[in-house]
Amino acid sequence: MSNALTNDEPLPLLKSLDWRDWLYAIVLLAGAIFAFSQYSHYMDVYERFFLFGAALTFSWLGWRWKAMRNLVLGVGALSLFAIHLYGADLQRAEQAFFLKYLIASQSAIMWMNVLFILATVAYWAALFNRSQFTGKFASALAWAAVLMGFVGLMVRWYESYLIAPDVGYIPVSNLYEVFILFCLITALLYLNYEQRYATRQLGPFVMLVISAAVGFILWYIFDRQAYVIQPLVPALQSYWMKIHVPANFIGYGSFSLAAMVGIAYLLAERGILASRLPGLETMDDLMYKSIAIGFAFFTIATILGAMWAAEAWGGYWSWDPKETWALIVWLNYAAWLHLRLVKGMRGSVLAWWAVIGLFITTFAFIGVNMFLSGLHSYGEL
Amino acid sequence: MKSQQTVTKRLYELLSSMRFAVSLLSVLGIASIIGTVLKQNEPYPNYIIQFGQFWFEIFEVLGLYDVYHSAWFLLILLFLVVSTGLCIYRQTPGMLREMRAWRENATEKSLRAFSHRHEYQVEGNAEEVRVRLLKFLTARGFRFRTERHDSGSELIAAKAGTYQRLGYILTHAAIVIICVGGLIDGNVPFKIQELLGYKTVEVRDISAAEVPPESRLSPANLSFRANLTLPEGASADVAFMRMRDGYLVQELPFRVALKDFRIEHYATGQPKSFESDLVILDPDLKEPLEATIAVNKPLIYKGIAIYQSDFQDGGSKLDFHLWGLFSDQAVPMAVKGTVHQEVRLGEGDTALNVEFDDFRKFNILNLSEDGKGKPQNVGPNVTFKVRDTQGQAREYVNYMQPLKLDGRHYFVSGMRPTLQDEFRYLRIPVDEDFGIEGFMRFRAVVMDKLAHGEIARRLSANALPADAADADVREKFEASVMQLLAAFSEGGYSRIAALIEDSVPEEQRENAAQTYIKIINGAAWEANNLARERAGKQPAKPSEETQLFLQDSLNSLSDLFFYGAPFYLELKEFEHREASGLQLTRSPGKNLVYSGSVLLVLGIFAMLYIRERRIWLLVKPDNRILFAMSSNRKNRDLDMEFAGYREQLQRLLA
Repeated sequence: MSNALTNDEPLPLLKSLDWRDWLYAIVLLAGAIFAFSQYSHYMDVYERFFLFGAALTFSWLGWRWKAMRNLVLGVGALSLFAIHLYGADLQRAEQAFFLKYLIASQSAIMWMNVLFILATVAYWAALFNRSQFTGKFASALAWAAVLMGFVGLMVRWYESYLIAPDVGYIPVSNLYEVFILFCLITALLYLNYEQRYATRQLGPFVMLVISAAVGFILWYIFDRQAYVIQPLVPALQSYWMKIHVPANFIGYGSFSLAAMVGIAYLLAERGILASRLPGLETMDDLMYKSIAIGFAFFTIATILGAMWAAEAWGGYWSWDPKETWALIVWLNYAAWLHLRLVKGMRGSVLAWWAVIGLFITTFAFIGVNMFLSGLHSYGEL
Repeated sequence: MKSQQTVTKRLYELLSSMRFAVSLLSVLGIASIIGTVLKQNEPYPNYIIQFGQFWFEIFEVLGLYDVYHSAWFLLILLFLVVSTGLCIYRQTPGMLREMRAWRENATEKSLRAFSHRHEYQVEGNAEEVRVRLLKFLTARGFRFRTERHDSGSELIAAKAGTYQRLGYILTHAAIVIICVGGLIDGNVPFKIQELLGYKTVEVRDISAAEVPPESRLSPANLSFRANLTLPEGASADVAFMRMRDGYLVQELPFRVALKDFRIEHYATGQPKSFESDLVILDPDLKEPLEATIAVNKPLIYKGIAIYQSDFQDGGSKLDFHLWGLFSDQAVPMAVKGTVHQEVRLGEGDTALNVEFDDFRKFNILNLSEDGKGKPQNVGPNVTFKVRDTQGQAREYVNYMQPLKLDGRHYFVSGMRPTLQDEFRYLRIPVDEDFGIEGFMRFRAVVMDKLAHGEIARRLSANALPADAADADVREKFEASVMQLLAAFSEGGYSRIAALIEDSVPEEQRENAAQTYIKIINGAAWEANNLARERAGKQPAKPSEETQLFLQDSLNSLSDLFFYGAPFYLELKEFEHREASGLQLTRSPGKNLVYSGSVLLVLGIFAMLYIRERRIWLLVKPDNRILFAMSSNRKNRDLDMEFAGYREQLQRLLA
């Protein structure tokens, strides 16, 4: 009986780790120490903090979500392989077989695009065939797409420094790069929920919004040559950007995810695909969780943006169209959360609201760049 | 008295209600959209052109040109602060009570009404069971209090995640703090002074020293955001704040001088950094403070932050060759100009004023044919206006170096009749020495009526076969060549077209046009050689290159009649002087806004990720245990946690 008592007891995180977790953390830490020993004289105090902060953050993420370990190690290994193949010569992208067809940034990103489209098809097939196997295959495709996307960004980071040391920048700086980031973050958030809720039935819907983003990326590549690495304008040369942008895209990604679940909810409510989708309550809960995490990160991103603006433009808030639309998005989801948490509202009104929220978010994300002018000139179309 | 009280009470209830708060959020969101759709703080004439006088005035009254500082918008914000403040005032005591409460007085009856409950029958030592239950709770992060009821049963009341409610208080307090900080940094103090009649916006274009005290703000001004443009070598102790259709002068507690302004470029020509070397002159300083600011790297002195905001020309000195476009002269006149100053050309009614507006040393343009190539630096350009005595002006932009367009090089000058129009470009082909002289020589001969006879003679000698030496034919041919040249030199191709329309029957026009074009091309060839002779040069080689040059020259000659100015300004030399655009701000509300932001983030995480749950375990004397669980948020998490605990308790008590 005392066994039953201890068996059921929740373990603190550190006690629940097995040898693979520790090995994973040690690899990350060793990597950080190696990087520090090689390059510390190029780093200022923030960069040192970021280096070890990243090792700790990704260890923790990998401990909490085991699948993350494989992703981080995979991205690291492939990126290092690409850097090795480059040998500090940008021309190698055209000569080395693996670079040209697989892991030069542009190739990797094209692989990501293809894999996301395939994953979308597979998820829909799994939904209609009720096939477990196809569903697993779809998940694997989505994971592969995420892997290639992150490799693409990492290698692009390196390539930007190969163009010229003063050109180099972290690839979260223009519309093309953040669209890739959007696909990756949305997919990761979804894959996390997929495991936590043990359901693949929402994949088809979430993958639709990712496929739409992939469509945009393809258009941007072929019509506008967006993949060409251009140096940063002075306003973007800031530390704030490196945390402002990813935080923002956790927000955008979660809001899109919530909206797609909202669509599934509304369909199921009308009896469409109802037998193939998770229960209404599950979807409702997922929608809330997604908006909650999105709201938290969007708040952080907006605050970081304000701090950056204070440093770059002389004021933390200038009512620039992008800022104003960020506020509108924030107000929208603040109202949503009020209705849900305080009023206890559930169901189709909030689902509709989440879907409409996607339009507001999309407008804040790209509509502002397309139709309105302002200080956020990183992505004029 | 009583009815007054109820009105106050109802107002209080309304303002502090969540319905009102959510409505305010929506109204604020919608109101914010206006300012993103309508470009804010543009010069007023732009709005008049856009909307017309009638709507312009209505929109002005509504404050739509500066929505975010309009009275009604500030009122919405104020309502949000009041509503949120009252909301906190109204809810906090209850929340704190709720956080402290254990609910250890819950009766068995009320516990049985819970949706999440389960009952167990246990064997064995009551005391041992009790210990086990308490350990169960502690291990799962629950704190508890026990209470013995009269019935002999014992109630264990436990709770976890009580700080969730603190999240509510934090977030709402944060909103109030942020709004108050924002209002301090907004221009509320000025608005009040303006309402009371102490201050007015200056709309006249006068020097800072002449601006009267009503439009000056003292260095003690609590918060401001002002701009200052300093040419290199200049200094100032005032800055300007644009407001509606005018401006205010903000006096500074120190003097700031610009030593040097630098732009660094990437290898591709795009700007890499903007830097200003500043000197702060202040009697409080033992010696002047020198500092370099850059984008993202401001200087803060005496609570005033100085930012690198933009840059412009600070009065560069420019040397031009002025080519008369319709004269028969092939030599230019030297003209000197300075940016931000003007030069008067000519006398009397035909005089023209050239106002030099801007000089840019670097221009990154994408000139590839399909627009897909790489943008590159095409060198300096100068922007100027040419104004006649009537006050009518056209704007021009001239590039110093030839640009490569469609594979060939041209001197390019853009012209637009008004600032709202797009530029239309005049392209002048380069000669074999990459200069403009070849075209200008050719132009001078075409414009020289006295040369037309010679051109016609040469053309007839070269073009007509020697045996067709009929003097009459030659004379007719030469006369028509001269007529065409005269027409072309007076109005280009459109004059030729008019000529055809006037004198040729409709069915023959196409043939006539082809013949005329041939003749003009032939005449151009001869004119070019004549021009070269006059300049002491060899005749042009009969090559495709020469053909293309003549074709381009004829086209630009024809375009001269739409150019709008009787001269072309060729930029020869420049002495660059830059001016740095600084932004100076004092924002004491910033610290409030930032601390509010920290509270907001903490509050949001507490509110969303701390889950308040309560558990009651009623241990009855008959060895039955009633387990009940609740949360202030009924959701799937609660269902799952309850299900888990129910199973675990089952095992624990088995």
